[in-house]
Amino acid sequence: MAVTETMTTQYLTFKLSDEVYALDIGKVREVLDFTTVTKVPRTPDFMRGVINLRGSVVPVVDLRLKFGLTMTEKTVNTCVIITEVTVDDDTTILGALADSVQEVIELDAASISAPPRIGTKLRTEFIKGMGKRDDRFIIILDVDRVFSADELALVQAGETAASAS
Amino acid sequence: MSDDLNDGFDLNVLREMFKAEAYELVAELESALLALDQSPQDKDLIGRVFRALHTIKGSGGACGFEDISNFAHEVEAVYDAIRNDQLAVTKEIINATLAARDQITALFNRHYNLGDAQDDATEQVAVQLRRFLPAGYVGKSKKPKPAPPVVVVPEVRMQATYRIRFRPAHNIFQLGTDPGRVLEELRGLGSCKIVAQLNEIPGLDGLEAEQCYVYWDIILTTDRGLDAIKDVFIFVEDVSEVKIEQFDVDALLSGGEEAQRLGDILVERGDLRPEDIKGLNVGQKKIGEVLVEKGLVQHDQVETALTEQQHVRELRRERQKTEEMSSIRVASPKLDKLVDLVGELVTVQARLSQASLIANDGTFISIAEEVERLTAELRDNTMSIRMLPIGTIFNKFKRVARDLSQNLGKAVELVMEGTETELDKTVIEKLHDPLVHLIRNCIDHGIEMPGDRVAAGKPRHGTIHLSAVHSGAHVLITISDDGGGMNTDSIRKKALEKELITPEDSLSEKELFSLVLLPGFSTASQVTDVSGRGVGMDVVKQAIDALRGTIDIESTRGAGTTITLSLPLTLAIIDGFLTKIGGGYFVFPLSLVDECVELKASEERSASGRTLLPVRGELVPYILLRDRFAVEGARPPIEQVVIVKVDALRVGFVVDHIVGGHQTVIKSLGKMYKGVEGLSGATILGDGSVALILDVPKLVQGVEREETGIA
Repeated sequence: MAVTETMTTQYLTFKLSDEVYALDIGKVREVLDFTTVTKVPRTPDFMRGVINLRGSVVPVVDLRLKFGLTMTEKTVNTCVIITEVTVDDDTTILGALADSVQEVIELDAASISAPPRIGTKLRTEFIKGMGKRDDRFIIILDVDRVFSADELALVQAGETAASAS
Repeated sequence: MSDDLNDGFDLNVLREMFKAEAYELVAELESALLALDQSPQDKDLIGRVFRALHTIKGSGGACGFEDISNFAHEVEAVYDAIRNDQLAVTKEIINATLAARDQITALFNRHYNLGDAQDDATEQVAVQLRRFLPAGYVGKSKKPKPAPPVVVVPEVRMQATYRIRFRPAHNIFQLGTDPGRVLEELRGLGSCKIVAQLNEIPGLDGLEAEQCYVYWDIILTTDRGLDAIKDVFIFVEDVSEVKIEQFDVDALLSGGEEAQRLGDILVERGDLRPEDIKGLNVGQKKIGEVLVEKGLVQHDQVETALTEQQHVRELRRERQKTEEMSSIRVASPKLDKLVDLVGELVTVQARLSQASLIANDGTFISIAEEVERLTAELRDNTMSIRMLPIGTIFNKFKRVARDLSQNLGKAVELVMEGTETELDKTVIEKLHDPLVHLIRNCIDHGIEMPGDRVAAGKPRHGTIHLSAVHSGAHVLITISDDGGGMNTDSIRKKALEKELITPEDSLSEKELFSLVLLPGFSTASQVTDVSGRGVGMDVVKQAIDALRGTIDIESTRGAGTTITLSLPLTLAIIDGFLTKIGGGYFVFPLSLVDECVELKASEERSASGRTLLPVRGELVPYILLRDRFAVEGARPPIEQVVIVKVDALRVGFVVDHIVGGHQTVIKSLGKMYKGVEGLSGATILGDGSVALILDVPKLVQGVEREETGIA
């Protein structure tokens, strides 16, 4: 236990609306400006579409929509955070839309507490923990869970819902 | 396992290196066995089987696979006996050896952790094989020596080329020797060319019928050595003039581009003096003709020299061929990476071309064009690296056909054509299962029992033709049998039963046949062990669809069925047809596009809601892609309809604009978009934006399903 307590991890923080979220820096590949996204038809709204990342086609997810907020508007600060997500033991590259990217911070394990059961409007399983910094709480996301296989099924469910309408 | 690894590391490396070879050896064993089955007397084939077994034994032993080595030794013993004429090849022996081959594969699988093997099964096969051996048979050595790790290669002797002049005595016939037989023997030694020299035959007045006036110039390439040639002449030596001279063909072969000149050959042969050739004015005529005209050489000597020239040329070609065939083994991920990179290069190159046109700068444009040419060449070359001859899987089907027809008591011959046709490696791999199924279908349902065939006036043997041929950017694979053909009545009955069609539906023959491809359709009255093992025709259809291919079925009752698969040469790049709806780009596979027509808003309104478009008297149903894909924005007054052909059905897709042909590098949409209906991937356009590739057959199916669901 003593080892984990002194262990610090770097996180990338970003904002959705007024809330500050964080991602394990090891999961982040790069941060891009928000460019044109090609919408893939018959998919749920939170799947914003695909972008061209130096010759690769990368899907982009609107985290605001995913977390029950309104759709991300394009501003000068809007960014695409390119992450490496492990879905079903496979690593895939995925972009996440953020209103603005803040900074890279270090948090030691001691300053991270377990996620609260209620009160964040987010599903608890998406949250790895609550970090605390300068009296502000930061929601640390478990990015693998956010885009897990169950969520993938949601893409397909959304598709059938769309075709039924 | 029997191997205790002291120096485990090295052995493991060796085993990994041997892995690919091991499976090749097993495949070689199988193909040799199947060939031997056709011609059981062929010594060469027996030799091939023996060598394959021997190499498996030796290399297996070197890798520490003692079980394989021991087992291969048992099998080898049988073929050793056959080789020594102590045993004749029978069907039973071949059957048992094929079983042994399967067992060897199983053992390899076990060593490479790819599967399991039953030791008692191995023992059973071994016992069975031992029974064939003659009672008193003693093998060479009971226990195989662990062979050196070097693979046993048949000994290669140096080839040499000889000039031979054989001038028999005039009275050779009276001595009871036939010069023809001598020449025949020479032919047996190797690649041989014989030119008869007739210039010493006297006129009719001086001719004696029982004399031999002819002599022969021979050019022979052989690996047997000079002594073997001398042996041929041993009985005629005393009465004939035999001149054997080796000439250094290697220098000629490795030397200059062109074959040796005729004049030089004549001089070298001593038929012509070097000074004669100097100052010779050849002009337009051929040198041979000039020399004969001037009386410097005989016509036949020129003939000999010409033959020699040709012989050397052939040798050179043969050698080049073997040199070209030399290959290296590359791990396929490296190749995949290369293909990916080339794909990206194609994309970047498209951007460069576009930028150069916008900049409108002469130098820039010419550079861009040069890059375009190079990229196209690079792309074609890279794609060709991935190409394999389809024969690599065709050969596996021989076994399938043989085993199955024996099981069913049918007589079937599998005839293959176009085995050298090349296809992308991935396509070939994915083709294996569907083709096996189709061949099984042919044998199980198509070909009748021998008795029935004879009664129907057909040959006892059923024939299945398997052929592959290039057709543009596609490969057509045809599987045709001369069996009973498909019964349209029973297909109709079955389809009604399964409620796939209604009694009112009038379907053409072709449409009826394509019903077979639907899921859950099987007309075989009873599920046999063979077909109907889970893999139905619908699975074949799915597999072919996944490869962006099409299936076409033709059948004549009583005469047989022909199934044609049309497959793209490669999966990585296709010819696309780029269209635009709203702000988004969509790509149709060009191979499916039939034609384009305009759709005016006024026309559509008058059609009062139905989505059928008259095209030259034919009503073509169309799909509004804008609605289907919920693209925002208003429809332009004049839209374009792209008419595609899916399984003999013509369907129109309404788009805003047509951009034109586009070399489409296919990118996967990734895991997150897996299962999205109607799209098979994405591609990146010249300006860097992403276009979506339509999965046309799936789109049509989806619309069909919905419309029938609502109705």
